[in-house]
Amino acid sequence: MPSERELRRRVRSIKNIQQVTRAMELVAASKMRRAQAAVLASRPYEERLRTVLNELAPYADPETSPLLAKREVRRVGIVLVTTDRGLVGPMNVNLIRAALRFSEQQPAASFVAVGRKGINQLRRVRATVTAEFPGIPDRPSSTDTNVIARVAVEEFVTGKVDELYLAFTRFVNTLRQEPTIRRLLPFTPGEMEGAQPPPTLQYLFEPDPETVLNEVIPRLIEVAVFQTILESKASAFSAQMVAMRNATDAAGDLIDDLTLSANKARQSRITKEMLEIASGAEALGKG
Amino acid sequence: MPLHLEVITPERKVYEDDVDMVVAPASEGYVGILPHHVPLFTTLGPGEFKVKKSGVEEVLAVFGGFMDVRGDRVVVLTDAAEPAEEIDASRAQQARERAQQVLAAGPASAADEQRARAELQRALVRLRVSESRRRRR
Repeated sequence: MPSERELRRRVRSIKNIQQVTRAMELVAASKMRRAQAAVLASRPYEERLRTVLNELAPYADPETSPLLAKREVRRVGIVLVTTDRGLVGPMNVNLIRAALRFSEQQPAASFVAVGRKGINQLRRVRATVTAEFPGIPDRPSSTDTNVIARVAVEEFVTGKVDELYLAFTRFVNTLRQEPTIRRLLPFTPGEMEGAQPPPTLQYLFEPDPETVLNEVIPRLIEVAVFQTILESKASAFSAQMVAMRNATDAAGDLIDDLTLSANKARQSRITKEMLEIASGAEALGKG
Repeated sequence: MPLHLEVITPERKVYEDDVDMVVAPASEGYVGILPHHVPLFTTLGPGEFKVKKSGVEEVLAVFGGFMDVRGDRVVVLTDAAEPAEEIDASRAQQARERAQQVLAAGPASAADEQRARAELQRALVRLRVSESRRRRR
């Protein structure tokens, strides 16, 4: 049984910790709101662009765009999007585990690592990493993410990888984020979720189908990467806020427990003193 | 039978409404879209995007992107779209002057020149859009 003073000291120190975690929770909460708003606002754009591309699928000719080229898969590329800092609960661990398991099922895999957590972990397991992007800002602009898209597309177009996947944590809601692995290249509109049968309508293209597709597809890839980063940011701040709230709650429970023990210790000390005084007085009275 | 128009940028949905007519700055020149237009897919240049609804005309500045016309649905996916009332004319004016100065002084590199030209074009579109709004009033 620790001494009463020891218990009081621990309560004080845990109160300090609790103050820190509460502050971090509030910071994460405000960043989370912004990141969630951003991810929800940008989703319609990506979804629309995908539907549009599905409509255009019948006009797409794999010969005209290198981004549609299907090849025998000898090596896949994985863009792994993690956070730069920890304190986000199991989010990074879950995603990295899923990505590594996925890469083991492939004939060969190389990574483009976004975020320091992923970079470090991939180094530790000695995975092949072709590019690293630490320090993506909390409110990313498309300029920040287009670099990543460019590197990834480059890998694919030059034939270093035959398929390209995005591994990220999809934002579902504040309490739920899912590790997700999605194929980005080669781009096959027909196989996409929500694919529609080829339209019977005859589309008019301006200037012409080829030019249009060669503008739409690269744009979609940029947007998809941008969206992926936004999803990850929203997930990270949500996970961080929840983790910090749990920490604050746990600190509260611990403070209650320790305060109770300290009070019990105090009570038993007083009782003991009383007994001593009483028995001392009694001894004097007798004598 | 109205046209259902959506204008979406990566940041937000700028516009969604049933309208009577749309005039868009397509890459090959301005195109007017009325209900029952033939399916059309076109890239957009920077320019004025006009929306007519029950006799009232609204103007947006759009900067690149795509327009998908299908049946009575028009979807505009653009990098940036600004309604006339959100445009700060004096800022656009400054941007125009800055870009003109850079171009007049002879830009340091081809990339700089391209940037200045793009900047100038955006400023001009913004000015035209905010101008057209003032004229109407």
